[in-house]
Amino acid sequence: MGAQRIIYMDHSATTFVKPEVVTAMIPYFTEHFGNPSSIYSIARESKNAIDAARVQTAKALGADPDEIYFTSGGSESDNWAIKGVAYANRKRGNHIITSAIEHHAVLHTCQFLEKEGFEVTYLPVDQYGLVDPAVLEKAITDKTILITIMYANNEIGTIEPIAELGAIARKHKIYFHTDAVQAIGSVPIDVKAQNIDLLSLSAHKFYGPKGTGALYIKKGVRIENLIHGGGQERRKRAGTENISGIVGLGKAIEMVTADIPGHSAKIRAMRDRLVKGVLAAIPNARLNGNPEKRLAGNFNVSFEFIEGESMLLWLDDEGICASTGSACTSGSLEPSHVLLATGLPVEISHGSLRLTLGDANTDKDVDVVLEVLPKVVAKLRDMSPLYQKSGKEGGCNV
Amino acid sequence: MYSDKVMDHFKNPRNVGEIENADGIGEVGNPVCGDIMKIFLKIENNIVTDAKFKTFGCGAAIASSSMATELVRGKTLEEAWEVSNQAVAEALEGLPPIKMHCSVLAEEGIHKAINDYRVKKGLEPWVEKNPHSHEHDEMTCEH
Repeated sequence: MGAQRIIYMDHSATTFVKPEVVTAMIPYFTEHFGNPSSIYSIARESKNAIDAARVQTAKALGADPDEIYFTSGGSESDNWAIKGVAYANRKRGNHIITSAIEHHAVLHTCQFLEKEGFEVTYLPVDQYGLVDPAVLEKAITDKTILITIMYANNEIGTIEPIAELGAIARKHKIYFHTDAVQAIGSVPIDVKAQNIDLLSLSAHKFYGPKGTGALYIKKGVRIENLIHGGGQERRKRAGTENISGIVGLGKAIEMVTADIPGHSAKIRAMRDRLVKGVLAAIPNARLNGNPEKRLAGNFNVSFEFIEGESMLLWLDDEGICASTGSACTSGSLEPSHVLLATGLPVEISHGSLRLTLGDANTDKDVDVVLEVLPKVVAKLRDMSPLYQKSGKEGGCNV
Repeated sequence: MYSDKVMDHFKNPRNVGEIENADGIGEVGNPVCGDIMKIFLKIENNIVTDAKFKTFGCGAAIASSSMATELVRGKTLEEAWEVSNQAVAEALEGLPPIKMHCSVLAEEGIHKAINDYRVKKGLEPWVEKNPHSHEHDEMTCEH
């Protein structure tokens, strides 16, 4: 450790906050700290700032400003969207459709609702993590009140056919929610064109502050409140507003959506060089997720015969921050539900590595990872009883 | 996070490798569960004169294998049998609770290697006093 440079390749976990975002936020800690619900002028400053952030956020999504509600982050937005729609519409039906690869903020919320008497269908995905629109349509019953499918997967980066899924929901007059936490700034979003009724986002995934997110709720959607109390957010979400956080979210989403194609192309070029280099240098490796329909910064790979946590520890030793779908780091006993849902064998899921690139990275970082990673994999394979010298090129064909 | 001792044994594992014509070999764990340990013992005059390992697993699994092989070297078979998972974990200055099964796996690997030797010699295998294997299954994974 010590003074070595950190190579941060875990942008899907969180991102640094851009200096411009920090600069925009600071006055709302020190000067314009007034409670927006108060009537004096410094409070008005706070209220105006929130309104401005609402406009910035709405613009990034193709929504109207009064369809944006600020929350504490992606998990709250997912909980609110799913529980709120479920409880407000339970007279119409008790069936919810989601996918097997959702974030736990969606999956565990659905599991909670199952205990409350709701029925949930978890749609399978193909080997690349894609939901099939035809399979979604078949799962719809006359009791279905909500479809919630993520925009892009956080582990393998697969981008779902959101517009098609949304069109099916629209056709059957069922509310459609998408967890777009990973997608903001990486793919262009237009909630109207894509038939999205509710959308969750989180500022710290796109160079904004932690603890701030938003839920887009299309006008007319029947939804219960999740947080009860004061009349903030047009009586839909109680709690004194996190003004500086909201200002940061607004600034960050404006910056990250200013030039999505240009920005993605730069990140994708680094990612593609990394993918090519790793797969060329390391045998018995496979790319997880869809080769084409994936987030520009996402690289998820499995190496046979080794386990992910030990890889992360060695990479950390070289200053490289990454993550894995192995059970050994999750605090649970099973490897990633996403990798398993794509049909990856359990033992190979344990050997997965996720590198997610973003604005913290340079071409030099890619060079360093390409130099370090093959050595780490070789070192661990050398001590693995599954890796027999004679079988080096054999292995499982995955 | 891991103790300095665990990190030391993970980054500089002692006794990695195989012993040719080992007198006892014990393989435990399951790739589906994310860890496999293979322990090799050289036994002369009832003394463990050499111990080596190969491990597929997390940092704690590699460090536990390294420490367990260190602890049994030079011991009589009876003494080596008594090296418990707690002893391995303590020598590593502790393991996170969710990683304790790695030390259990190390103890089981040593036991299996010793019994492999005993059976090859025509001796009765020793019986586990506290069969961890069931506990291990419950603690780790269902496979």
